[in-house]
Amino acid sequence: MTRQTLDFPNVESLKRLAISESGFIFDPVTGNSFTVNHTGRAILQLLQKTLDMEQITKRLQAEYAVDAPVADREAIEFANQLRGCFQ
Amino acid sequence: MNAPVKILKPWVKPTLSPHRVGVMNKFGAVRQHNHQADLDGVAIEPLLEQYGSPLFILSEKTLRDNARRLQRAFATRWPKVRHGWSYKTNYLNAVCSILHQEGSWAEVVSDFEYHKARALGVPGSRIIFNGPWKPSAILEQAAHEGAQIHIDHLDEIYALEQVAKSLNKKVAVGIRLNFDTGYTESWSRFGFNLESGAAMDAAQRIASSEWLKLTGLHSHIGTFVLDLRAYAAQARIMAEFMDKVEAETACLIEYLDIGGGFASRNALQGVYLPPDQLVPSFDQYAEAITGSLLEATRTRSAAGKTLPTLILETGRAMVDDAEILVTRVVGGKRLPDGRRAAILDAGVNLLFTAFWYNHQVKPLRPLDGIPEETVLYGPLCMNIDIVRNSVMLPPLNVGDALMVRPAGAYNNTQWMQFIQYRPAVVMVTLEGKVEVVRVAEQLSAINEYERLPESLRLPFPQGLPE
Amino acid sequence: MTDKLLTVAITGMNALPDNPGPGLAVARCLREAYGDGIRIVGLGYDALDPGLYLGEYCDSVYLLSYPLNGSELLLERLAEIQALEKIDLLIPCLDAELPLMVALAEKLAELGIKTFMPNADQFERRAKSRLAELAEASGIAHPELKALANPHFFRECEKEGWPYPLVVKGVFYDAKIVANPEQAAAAFHSIASEWGLPVLVQRFVAGEEYNLAGIGDGQGVLLGEVMMKKRAVTSKGKAWAGVATADGQLAEVARKLVAELKWKGPLEVEVMRDAKGDYQLIEINPRFPAWIYLSHGVGRNLPALLLELAMGRPAPAMAAPRPGTMFIRHALETIVPLSLFENLMMQGQCIPEAKG
Repeated sequence: MTRQTLDFPNVESLKRLAISESGFIFDPVTGNSFTVNHTGRAILQLLQKTLDMEQITKRLQAEYAVDAPVADREAIEFANQLRGCFQ
Repeated sequence: MNAPVKILKPWVKPTLSPHRVGVMNKFGAVRQHNHQADLDGVAIEPLLEQYGSPLFILSEKTLRDNARRLQRAFATRWPKVRHGWSYKTNYLNAVCSILHQEGSWAEVVSDFEYHKARALGVPGSRIIFNGPWKPSAILEQAAHEGAQIHIDHLDEIYALEQVAKSLNKKVAVGIRLNFDTGYTESWSRFGFNLESGAAMDAAQRIASSEWLKLTGLHSHIGTFVLDLRAYAAQARIMAEFMDKVEAETACLIEYLDIGGGFASRNALQGVYLPPDQLVPSFDQYAEAITGSLLEATRTRSAAGKTLPTLILETGRAMVDDAEILVTRVVGGKRLPDGRRAAILDAGVNLLFTAFWYNHQVKPLRPLDGIPEETVLYGPLCMNIDIVRNSVMLPPLNVGDALMVRPAGAYNNTQWMQFIQYRPAVVMVTLEGKVEVVRVAEQLSAINEYERLPESLRLPFPQGLPE
Repeated sequence: MTDKLLTVAITGMNALPDNPGPGLAVARCLREAYGDGIRIVGLGYDALDPGLYLGEYCDSVYLLSYPLNGSELLLERLAEIQALEKIDLLIPCLDAELPLMVALAEKLAELGIKTFMPNADQFERRAKSRLAELAEASGIAHPELKALANPHFFRECEKEGWPYPLVVKGVFYDAKIVANPEQAAAAFHSIASEWGLPVLVQRFVAGEEYNLAGIGDGQGVLLGEVMMKKRAVTSKGKAWAGVATADGQLAEVARKLVAELKWKGPLEVEVMRDAKGDYQLIEINPRFPAWIYLSHGVGRNLPALLLELAMGRPAPAMAAPRPGTMFIRHALETIVPLSLFENLMMQGQCIPEAKG
């Protein structure tokens, strides 16, 4: 089985985001703002550093009570949502 | 010494919501703690385990409370009041029986409903028989058994006259009226129109019959009627017609049946205010109706004539909040427009009323996460199968159970057996016991009514196709 | 800080450029009257409600639960705010929330929040759909009005004695003059989609519109009436400029209504004045209008009067009205730090440090 590769937005468009403690996100390029919850924020902050899915999944599992299939499923859907918001 | 154990944070679905104009208010959403785990003190989750999901749950207590509140509201304001339980609203035997125990007659609109009431042990003399089509066999039975028949159209007068003649019995009847209250759309397809004179024509025709006698007037002004003035007008118009018809045909009107139409505490689609601000209480309906009736019958009382019995056919407002539908999330997705969607194991096949209500949806347990606009889809492969078009809910996971309410009116009668089995209905009794009042359907129940010709017995007589 | 300042909460901070809610104007009136001698808590329903960002009028700001979600949630949210703010007086300013606020008055009082509002019966009797009954009871002329559940009426209405033009109205807000069945149906649908059913249709009255704002004392007496005529309206039909007027006959119309209802609280009476100078009652709004700042301009600061009445103090003497005083409404940009928007978005509130 080949490992799923996720199509996240490019790292530059994620790096430019200001993500506050409260979960408020501001994108200075588009002028749009968003609310993200704490798991979404954790994923985004990891993505600002690396796009290596395996790393991200590991870090999430180290911090959250989540098993691999659930993390997988959520990551696929979240990636889809990020693509829609930050290209 | 033990090594420190790292406590993992609870996982919730990651969510990201764009800030959109017009919905920037975190308090706009239904609160997360707005959940409900039990009904009348009985935990719901174990019921789902036992009886399966989806599941309808009735509250005997709420139903009886409603019946008593209605009775009290009217009986304290009018000397003679009778309630006819509108079978079509919910004709589960348990529901009907509770209401009969509370003193309600049966109000039926078809041969099927008539049979159902009789099978439940309701004598014909305690049945109000409405509706635009009463097949001749049932009309005959109803006339024979002394049911209170309300005639809908001219042809029915002739049909019933024949029946009465063959029974050699003078049959007391009511006629259904329709008219403009000024506050509701006139349902002119049912009954005899008052303004055009058709109602008086019918009364005259009955008066001239040696087999029929007019003793009652019936009308039903609409459904989910919020404007009390409509009922006040209805009561006045019917009372005035009573005086007129008595004067012109020398009959004696013994009852005025004002039908149903009281709104339940459900949120009608397209209405701005929440139901708790809009829907009048039984007391308010009663005050408007009896106040207007007292006024309109003042000269009648002064003349020493008896006041007519007031008959109510309250259906929706009686049973709607006495039943809930519990359903589980079976899947979720993110729609291309950004909205979240959840697929439920119950849809419009079970919740027909989702076409016109925005039902309240509550999770059984508190859900984590930021509430977000969510579409709730049913399980049918039909595009119209939508339970809620837009509701603010935290992220939903497969297996989460949601309570949809009120669901007591019209769903157990208008549900459809389309591609799925209809689920069980259970009732929480006054004592807090759980009784099954309708078992979950199985294939055998559906197949029992089918007959397969011998030549079609085998699906693949020539062996399995490629 | 030694003495606790009086804290007044005001809703309707949606001072939108083309269709302002009245809350900000009420806050400005109170600021004019009391300066920093009161605290004002701005209450809104959207993080972009402009009034919430104007620190000179609002000392702290909060978002409320939508009226649509029911009175229970609204009360719960107000109780949370009350725990932080110790609100003495609440002035609701939006039609859509008023039925809930009226229903909640007692519970608000239990929280220590005073209001100065009509009771449910008075409130119901002035509803747009019941205007005819009220006008007749008060002996005031009025155009006939009908509630509609669907737009079919407009196809045949001329035959039924309802010639065009007609006025199509929402139960809470909005009114459109329509000249034919197509326009009427379009107006019906746009109003129904925003304000729900029923939609009202009113006979058109030729003439000029006048507005009167005042306060009913709850005993049947109208206090501090201020009259206004719009001199220019925006493309949306909202006031752009207006001038204070004075006419005893219009005041008499309002006095009759207040006496009939024993109205308690602010109200706006909208009338049409026909060619003969007679007034026809168009509607009654159970709140201050968006142009209430003019009341300060003519020396009859009605929000300040309401505060005095609500706090049980003697009503101050009202100056004679000053007809001819004008107002011009304009749009103004305010610079907003992103953090303020973030606070409102994420916390639903913003409580700046106490003013030094």
